[in-house]
Amino acid sequence: MADMLKKVPVREQDPQVRATNFEEVCLGYNQEEAMDEATRCINCKNAKCIEGCPVSINIPAFIHEVKEGNIEEAYHVIGKSSALPAVCGRVCPQESQCEGKCIRGIKGEPVSIGKLERFVADYALEHDIKPTGAESTNGHKIAVIGSGPSGLTCAGDLAKLGYEVTVFEALHELGGVLVYGIPEFRLPKQKVVAKEIEKVKELGVKFETNVVIGKSTTIDQLMEEEDFEAVFIGSGAGLPMFMGIPGENGNGVFSANEYLTRSNLMKAFDDSYDTPIVAGKKVAVVGGGNVAMDAARTAKRLGAEVHVVYRRSEAELPARVEEVHHAKEEGIIFDLLTNPKEILVDENDAVKGMKVVKMELGEPDASGRRRPVEIAGSEYEIELDTVIMSLGTSPNPLISSTTKGLDINNRKCIIATEEDGKTSKAAVYAGGDAVTGAATVILAMGAGKAGAKGIHEYLSNK
Amino acid sequence: MYKILKAEELADKIYLMDVHAPRVASHCQPGQFVIVKLDDKGERIPLTICDYDREAGTITIVFQIVGASTEKFAGLKAGDTFRDFTGPLGCASELVEEDLESLKKKKILFVAGGVGAAPVYPQVKWLHNHGVDADVIIGSKTQNMLILEKEMEAVAGNLYVTTDDGSYGRSGMVTKVIEELVKEKGNQYDVCIAIGPMIMMKFVCLLTKELNIPTVVSMNPIMVDGTGMCGACRLQVGDEIKFACVDGPEFDGHLVDFNQAMKRSQMYKTLEGRAMLKLQEGDTHHGGCGNCGGED
Ligand SMILES: Cc1cc2nc3c(=O)[nH]c(=O)nc-3n(C[C@H](O)[C@H](O)[C@H](O)COP(=O)(O)OP(=O)(O)OC[C@H]3O[C@@H](n4cnc5c(N)ncnc54)[C@H](O)[C@@H]3O)c2cc1C
Ligand SMILES: Cc1cc2nc3c(=O)[nH]c(=O)nc-3n(C[C@H](O)[C@H](O)[C@H](O)COP(=O)(O)OP(=O)(O)OC[C@H]3O[C@@H](n4cnc5c(N)ncnc54)[C@H](O)[C@@H]3O)c2cc1C
Ligand code: SF4
Ligand code: SF4
Ligand code: FES
Repeated sequence: MADMLKKVPVREQDPQVRATNFEEVCLGYNQEEAMDEATRCINCKNAKCIEGCPVSINIPAFIHEVKEGNIEEAYHVIGKSSALPAVCGRVCPQESQCEGKCIRGIKGEPVSIGKLERFVADYALEHDIKPTGAESTNGHKIAVIGSGPSGLTCAGDLAKLGYEVTVFEALHELGGVLVYGIPEFRLPKQKVVAKEIEKVKELGVKFETNVVIGKSTTIDQLMEEEDFEAVFIGSGAGLPMFMGIPGENGNGVFSANEYLTRSNLMKAFDDSYDTPIVAGKKVAVVGGGNVAMDAARTAKRLGAEVHVVYRRSEAELPARVEEVHHAKEEGIIFDLLTNPKEILVDENDAVKGMKVVKMELGEPDASGRRRPVEIAGSEYEIELDTVIMSLGTSPNPLISSTTKGLDINNRKCIIATEEDGKTSKAAVYAGGDAVTGAATVILAMGAGKAGAKGIHEYLSNK
Repeated sequence: MYKILKAEELADKIYLMDVHAPRVASHCQPGQFVIVKLDDKGERIPLTICDYDREAGTITIVFQIVGASTEKFAGLKAGDTFRDFTGPLGCASELVEEDLESLKKKKILFVAGGVGAAPVYPQVKWLHNHGVDADVIIGSKTQNMLILEKEMEAVAGNLYVTTDDGSYGRSGMVTKVIEELVKEKGNQYDVCIAIGPMIMMKFVCLLTKELNIPTVVSMNPIMVDGTGMCGACRLQVGDEIKFACVDGPEFDGHLVDFNQAMKRSQMYKTLEGRAMLKLQEGDTHHGGCGNCGGED
């Protein structure tokens, strides 16, 4: 029997072993463990956990099915709200979402909703359980731009309502950040992402890769020349930022996006693929978010000594607690309250080190966190051969600059309403990172759902 | 899948292909490029659009063997396919966007080095079709690496061909021809467009700066996605950092930091050398070629 105050523990790969491979870190529950954990849910009438889930999965209902051993039924309950449960079960920040609201969490640990969701979804992938889609199409054509979580969710929801949906993706693979950003060891690409996207295809959604909207064609042309009646923009926030310090164009300075893209999308860690990656012997990752943790843990697996250089203290690290914990277990070194001033390069412009300064925390700033200030005279140099800049990303202007009448704000984000994704342009909806700036998978999915609802209402009333 | 309709060897290690890619062909403009990926495990390789046929839905690419991927491309024949072919990427050449009347009043000089003749060609052809005749210099290392001479002749105003070793046409670098045309013949140019190896563009820019001729160059840094997502292609242009794939590939040559750009493009040199060796020697590749002392 499960301890009612504690989660049934989940099996993980040993830190020493996993720091040298790209296999998944967390091994997930088996059926026995899942059914055991499910008994901890008290099936609340007024279930707070559902409020915490941006796509409103009926959590007590699916957990009830797990408890009874009806895994297929549990999958259908989840499927009503989410197209990507195997993904969300792995990468949602559950502690601040569904599990953050769980009543069990008041006294003890919340129900392990994410791990249960993952178990159910993996079971469905393994047993090839089909999602339930529409009986027939309604003949209305919708274009979705971007195959990240927002686009996939919007496409899946519209297909379930009978729309003929085509997703246009700029890259050669589907999945957005799920394939180019989040590493294999947290989210397996073939086993999980590709298979879950396969399920969206089974709903009847068509996909066209290698189409860059704004270049290969435009939104206006999709509507005028290809008869799409509405468009959903889920193009993400892919443009990486740099610090603007001397030496930043040196050889061996990468954006986290480049480093992760080479490793994840182009599979540079696998010798049989053609794309190279400079693994680095001593690597500094600048930044403290989830992306920084992923870059650091990737560099570690490629054989480097890795330092995370972050200007605030541990308490302010924006990354998920679980990720920081995993990174530490794997031997990543945290240089906190430290900020880069300059990247030092040799005569060939190759990185040889970094000049940094120590910081201390001052008064709180606009974000409510205490602002880091430099300690005068505390500069010192560290030796390095690789620096990975992980300072955040903003939306790419490719679409906003080529679409007539689409308004953006001063952060280059597309302006869209939260409840239905409506933009300033008729028949054009948007959501996900393209609207909010870099956020989370589940918020992007929530926005995709809202967009699908908006488009459905718009076309129903037309 | 994108089908190769025509494949030919233009010159030593330089190949031309027509590829069926209707979406790209329907929207491309001179100055833009595509990203080509051979198969599941291939690299994303940027190549300039050298010509296009909107009706037939085809794009012409011309490439030179420099590393493992271009070596593999060279082995493809008509009927084979590329797994991925994305584009058009980057911005169209400024010329295309300019007012035609003012363009007609301009004296334009194109300088093409090596495979650079390929991206120069569509621009010269576009101008020709719009009633503007531009002067063109093509420079090549040696005669059997010279490409597109006949095609260029048909669309250029005056064509000057030069080889580094004097094996064909004039003798010497393209910069020598520019000096002759401007200093000796007294030609006046309002703009110069130079496309070729970075080292050539660098020296052309040093000269045209001295001669006071505004110069546009087409940069070809290392790229990954080509959509502005990775920053691998970043360049120092004046006091700004630009991403060549979305802000370029064409820039004001007098502002580009060529020394930095050339060093950046060497980043994967040793890695690539190994990939090439592995490809050529197949399974017999064991790290020690005798010259490098092994992989240590
Ligand atoms: C390294 C990393 C780790 C992360 N870890 C987590 C995590 O653990 N948990 C979590 O919840 N979130 C995480 N995130 C954030 C999360 O991945 C994103 O918030 C989410 O993917 C956003 O989804 P989206 O659909 O809005 O955009 P994206 O996933 O960015 O997808 C956008 C897609 O649109 C395509 N596109 C862009 N422009 C065009 C165009 N012009 N034409 C056609 N296609 C276009 C792109 O190629 C891309 O495929 C992480 C992000 C990164 C980078
Ligand atoms: C916008 C753009 C347009 C281009 N147009 C053409 C074209 O029309 N025809 C053509 O032949 N080539 C063109 N190039 C260059 C071409 O992309 C490279 O030659 C190609 O990527 C080399 O691939 P590879 O695998 O064979 O060699 P690589 O594996 O890439 O490496 C070979 C060597 O070349 C260097 N290198 C890598 N990438 C580039 C690059 N992008 N440019 C220069 N050197 C590089 C490496 O450091 C290495 O030393 C263009 C590049 C860009 C960015
Ligand atoms: S989708 Fe995310 S937030 Fe919703 S229940 Fe699953 S893990 Fe929780
Ligand atoms: S709040 Fe917790 S205990 Fe209650 S239904 Fe949700 S998961 Fe179960
Ligand atoms: S190639 Fe990645 S941003 Fe230009």
